[in-house]
Amino acid sequence: MADLPHQKTTYSSMNDFIKGLWEENPVLVQVLGTCPTLAVSNSVINALAMGIATTFVLVMSSALVSLVRNIVPKQVRIATFIMIIATFVTVAEYIIQAISIEIHKALGAFIALIVVNCIILGRAEAFASKNPLMPSIMDALGNGLGFTAAIGVMGTIREILGNGSFAGIDLFGPHYEPMIIFILPSGGFFIFGFLILMYNIINQRRKAKQ
Amino acid sequence: MTPSTINPSVSDSRNNMNMIKTLTGIATISGLLIVCAYTFTLPRIKFNKAEYLKKACFIVLPNTVRTQPYKVNPDGTITKLVTEDEKSQKVYAGYNANNELTGIAIQAQGQGFQDVIGVIYGYSPEKKAIVGFKVLASKETPGLGDKIDVDQEFLNNFKELDVKLLPDNSALAHPIEVVKKGKKVNPWQIDSITGATISSKAVGKLLDKSTSSIIPIIEKNLQQMKEEK
Repeated sequence: MADLPHQKTTYSSMNDFIKGLWEENPVLVQVLGTCPTLAVSNSVINALAMGIATTFVLVMSSALVSLVRNIVPKQVRIATFIMIIATFVTVAEYIIQAISIEIHKALGAFIALIVVNCIILGRAEAFASKNPLMPSIMDALGNGLGFTAAIGVMGTIREILGNGSFAGIDLFGPHYEPMIIFILPSGGFFIFGFLILMYNIINQRRKAKQ
Repeated sequence: MTPSTINPSVSDSRNNMNMIKTLTGIATISGLLIVCAYTFTLPRIKFNKAEYLKKACFIVLPNTVRTQPYKVNPDGTITKLVTEDEKSQKVYAGYNANNELTGIAIQAQGQGFQDVIGVIYGYSPEKKAIVGFKVLASKETPGLGDKIDVDQEFLNNFKELDVKLLPDNSALAHPIEVVKKGKKVNPWQIDSITGATISSKAVGKLLDKSTSSIIPIIEKNLQQMKEEK
C-alpha cells in the first residue's frame, strides 16, 4: 500500500531532524564546526549558550536560504548565504544582549564567530539550498541540537576535569587540583578525539546488534 | 554550445542583472532585519546596561547605599547630573547610610588582547587608592584572558591599589605597574595572571591612563562632592 503524500513528508521530515542528532552528527560525524566546539567547550554554560545561539542562527538561516533557493543564481550563492548568516548572527547578538547582559558578557567574542561556523554554511549549501522549507527547518533543528549535545558533553567533561566544577558549581572542594590541561586547547583536542572514538565504538556495537 | 556562446551579450547581461538583483534584494532584506532587531531591542538593552552599571557601582564602592552621577566638564570642573546625559564623561559619587562620601566609581576603557576592555573601578579619597574593580565588557580569550574578571588573586590586587598623586596633584606619584605573578612588592603594582599576561598588562595600562587624568580632577572637586551629596 503506497504511503499517502502527507505521511511521506512527515516521515522524511522527522528523519531529517533525527539524523542530525546521531547518524550525521555535525561535530562527531561530519566534523564541522570544530572551532567553536574546541574553543567554547571549556565550560558547560558557555557550551550550552553557544549551542542554543548557533541553533537559532542555523534554523533561521536555513529557513531563509530555503525560501530564496530558486531565485539565487549559482554564482552568487555563497555570498548570499554568508550575508543571510551574518544577518541572523547580528540579530542573535542583539537578542542575547536584550535577554541578559551577563550571558552576553560570558559569550563575549564567540557570538560573532558563529558566522564562521562551518555547520551553518555547510547545511545551507548541502541541504537548505536544495530542499523545501519544512525539511530544511527540521534538518537545521536536528543539526543544531546535535551540535549542542556534542559541545555540551565536551563542556561537561572539560569543566569537571579541568576546573572541578559543573556549570560553575564547585564539585570537589578546594583541595581538588584541577587538571588545567583540559581547559587548554591541547586538552580540548584530546577530549574531542576521545568523544569521536566513543561515538564510533557505540555506533559499531549498535550496528553489530542490528 | 551554451546559450552564452550563441548570444553572448544578451544572456550574459541578463545573468549579471539577475545576480545584481538577487544580491541587492538579499542585502535589503538583511538590512531591514538588522535595523528591526536593533530598534526593537534598543530600549531593553539600554535599560539592561544602566542596571548593570548601577549594580557595578555598588560592587566597586564598599558600604555604598546611594550613587550620584557627576558630569566631568572639559575645564576640569564637575556638575551634578540630574537627567540622563549619555554623551558626557561621568563619574559616580557613592554615599553611605550616613550620607558620607564613600568613594567615586569611574569607568575606563583600553585595548586588550582581542578588543577593547571596559571596566569600572572605585576610588577611595581617604585611602588614595583603588578599592574596587569590575570588568564591564571584554572579548578576551575565554579560559585565559577572561580571568581578569574572575581570578580571585588578580582581583585582590584592587582591594587597595595605591594611586596617590604627587604633591602638586598633577599626576600619579607612582604609575600603575604590572609585574609577573608573585613579584608584587609595592602597593601600586599589579600581579599579572599566569597565561594571561597581555590582558593583565592591558588592565594595568588602562587603569594607569584613566587614573592619571581623572584622579587629579576628582581631588580638585572633592569638597564639592562631599558637600553637594
